[in-house]
Amino acid sequence: MDLLGLANYAVFMAILIGIYALLALGLNIQWGFTGLFNAGIAGFFAVGAYASAILTSLPASGRLGGYELPLVVGWLAAMAAAALIAWPIGKICLRFRSDYLAIATIGVAEIIRLVIRTEGWLTGGVRGVTGIPRPFGDLDYMPSQIAYLAIVATLVLVAYLLVERQVKSPWGRMMRAIRDNELAAAAMGKQVEARRLQAFVFGSALMGLAGALFVHFNRSVTPEAIDPMIATFLIWIMLILGGSGNNRGAILGAAVIWIIWSVSELLTDRLPTEVAVQAKYARVFIIGLTLQLVLRFRPEGILPERQPGAPPHR
Amino acid sequence: MSFLEFLNFHLVPGIVLGSVYAVGAIGITLVFGILRFAHFAHGDMATLGAFIALALVTAGLTPWAALPVAMAAVAVVAIVVDKLFYDYLKARPKIMTVMASLGVALMLRAVVQVVFGVDPRTYATGIVRPDDYFGILLRDRELYTLAAVVLIVVGLTLFLRHSRWGKAMRAMSDNPDLARLSGVDNRKVTMLTWAIVGALCAASGFMLGINNELQSMMGWQVLLPMFAAAILGGVGRVEGAVLGGLIVGVAEEMSIFILPAQYKAATAFVLLLLILLVRPRGLLNGKVL
Amino acid sequence: MALLDMKDVRGGYGDADILHGVSMTVGEREIVVIVGPNGAGKSTAMKSVFGLLAIRGGHIVFDGEDITAWAPDRIVQRGICYVPQVDNVFREMTVHENFEMGAFLRRGDLSAAYDRVYGLFPDLKAKRKNLAGDLSGGQRQMVAMGRALMLDPKLLLLDEPTAGLSPKYMEQIFQITRDVRDAGVSILLVEQHAKQALAFCDRGYVLATGANRHEGTGQALLADREVAEMFLGG
Repeated sequence: MDLLGLANYAVFMAILIGIYALLALGLNIQWGFTGLFNAGIAGFFAVGAYASAILTSLPASGRLGGYELPLVVGWLAAMAAAALIAWPIGKICLRFRSDYLAIATIGVAEIIRLVIRTEGWLTGGVRGVTGIPRPFGDLDYMPSQIAYLAIVATLVLVAYLLVERQVKSPWGRMMRAIRDNELAAAAMGKQVEARRLQAFVFGSALMGLAGALFVHFNRSVTPEAIDPMIATFLIWIMLILGGSGNNRGAILGAAVIWIIWSVSELLTDRLPTEVAVQAKYARVFIIGLTLQLVLRFRPEGILPERQPGAPPHR
Repeated sequence: MSFLEFLNFHLVPGIVLGSVYAVGAIGITLVFGILRFAHFAHGDMATLGAFIALALVTAGLTPWAALPVAMAAVAVVAIVVDKLFYDYLKARPKIMTVMASLGVALMLRAVVQVVFGVDPRTYATGIVRPDDYFGILLRDRELYTLAAVVLIVVGLTLFLRHSRWGKAMRAMSDNPDLARLSGVDNRKVTMLTWAIVGALCAASGFMLGINNELQSMMGWQVLLPMFAAAILGGVGRVEGAVLGGLIVGVAEEMSIFILPAQYKAATAFVLLLLILLVRPRGLLNGKVL
Repeated sequence: MALLDMKDVRGGYGDADILHGVSMTVGEREIVVIVGPNGAGKSTAMKSVFGLLAIRGGHIVFDGEDITAWAPDRIVQRGICYVPQVDNVFREMTVHENFEMGAFLRRGDLSAAYDRVYGLFPDLKAKRKNLAGDLSGGQRQMVAMGRALMLDPKLLLLDEPTAGLSPKYMEQIFQITRDVRDAGVSILLVEQHAKQALAFCDRGYVLATGANRHEGTGQALLADREVAEMFLGG
């Protein structure tokens, strides 16, 4: 690969890392600060992706869409759609231990997958949605990529600052107190439920935004673009490895895991075809094993949560 | 539609599917009740059991002879998985074990995919015609499935009701602190629970496979219906898991009367949310974690 | 020599000490009650006997053997049983199964042990197949004591056995406690109802802020003006 190719690849990777960083930040609000187990990240991601795609794409026959609305509208709608789905689920499940939320979110992701595949009039079915505009998409390849990277990086920065501010506020302190002490949480009752719901909905909205950024980057989206289990799982590992409860850790984890995942894909693609298929699944095995190793040997992650005066939690 | 048609095309398949869910849900309810976490590797452990049975069938065993061997094998796998990946997390919040089990799910599935590939497989080839029992059409495999489920449920119930260690398991589920004060060895109960749960996983995977086909995602796809069944019946209640399994199975087969067939898989999810909304303890008053 | 001899025990659950030097003894066939205001460390003092907290000073000698900092399961085998204040029965198991679980560590013929608990709690004989969770509060307390007695302990620890019970049941539980004592078991109990408890016990200890304040026979403590002013309501 020549220098330019390498630079191209680096920018391409950086954009995806940014998108994953948003997902990891969203999960950090839910899990890292609040202790909520979202096992359906891919579902919220997909909802955001399709919401923005439908609102902003060029007209196409056989499906809804073609409104060609401004991108910002699409992105806001992506966040709103993901939040709207998160709300009732959280409302029902957050009264119980996080196990129930985990089960329900697996279900939500599954239903969303079914809807995307089945409701062709809405999502284009297996053909997906194409003709999705990309900001600065008229520029040459490299400047266009760099411009998109700038947008993604800005949004990650904004999300980071917002989450940091929120976490340092009384709201964030209370959330951590609840997370670390289920008894205290139970004693606080209704109010806690409302706070947890806010965290769940806000985190899901960020995941929706990440979905939107993903489709505008690719200019198209199909049901195959998102493997629910692996996508969800990668983000979990990013957060745990980076350091759950630490926003910088979440972003760092997104970068580290995405680079390892992509490089390992480059490597396995070079294998002879007889073993290439096996190697693909062996990678999945290794991802699962990585989580176990992190949980066992470095549960606090690379950048542990900073919490003055309190014993390390996880 | 005649009554017999309804029976043969909807109710009977629903009961067969439901009894398979029941076997899975019993395992989930045991882990939920005794070890107190949602075990997300349950479905993929079932997949592993189904494929171990397939390997035995390929080696020359008949499918129903392969079943007990596969059950024993997955019982061992479950104990090993616990020792390697869950046991060291026991002092940490239980949700960490839930997460670890999600990782185990991915690993088990990857093992199946690497060893057996991703193409659908079957235990036996050829089309089996159902026999007519007074108008009710049943295939042998369906009959054997129902019989095996009854055998498993009765055997397990007797064990839990009357044996020393069965009572210890119930005590641990009921009141873990008091069980420890009474001298029940937590480690032994945990190991025993995993052995039983592993065997149940293998049985449910095998029955799914013999009544349909085997593929690497089969277990993950039944995880939600099995959880719905366990919670619907009441967490910690074996009879509840059976009842819940039957309800979910029949409801899925009936769902086509009100939902497009593609959304059959959504039935369990709807039931799950409904029960959490109106009666989180489940039909038979189980635990709420 | 006393059956149980605690000397100057210090300790707590985490890093902070709750007990700052508690000493007490329980003799053979004796009912000893621990009373004191809220937060005095009454339950904590009792749990220290059963190995449920970190002991950082002092000694606990039981039946001639130093059991300081033993694990609870070892203490159970040595002959001390503990009845927690709450969640002290297996609610989803029958009365009889609760007794069976109490004897989990015992092998061999248990008919004598069953005869003894059903003899002590004749009400429970008719309810042996009922779920413990379906019984009244007083009967549940009997099941809890029966479960603990199945191991044939020399010393029974009762943590507020009358909490939440009506006066009628309170009297009944005290009567049963006496019956258990008469069957040859020593009893150490923590009580919130100080007046009634002191009236029925053999000896009592008054704890305050994790240390001994007063001790003596129940009658002597009841008559003590300082004790009365402390929390007996004059």
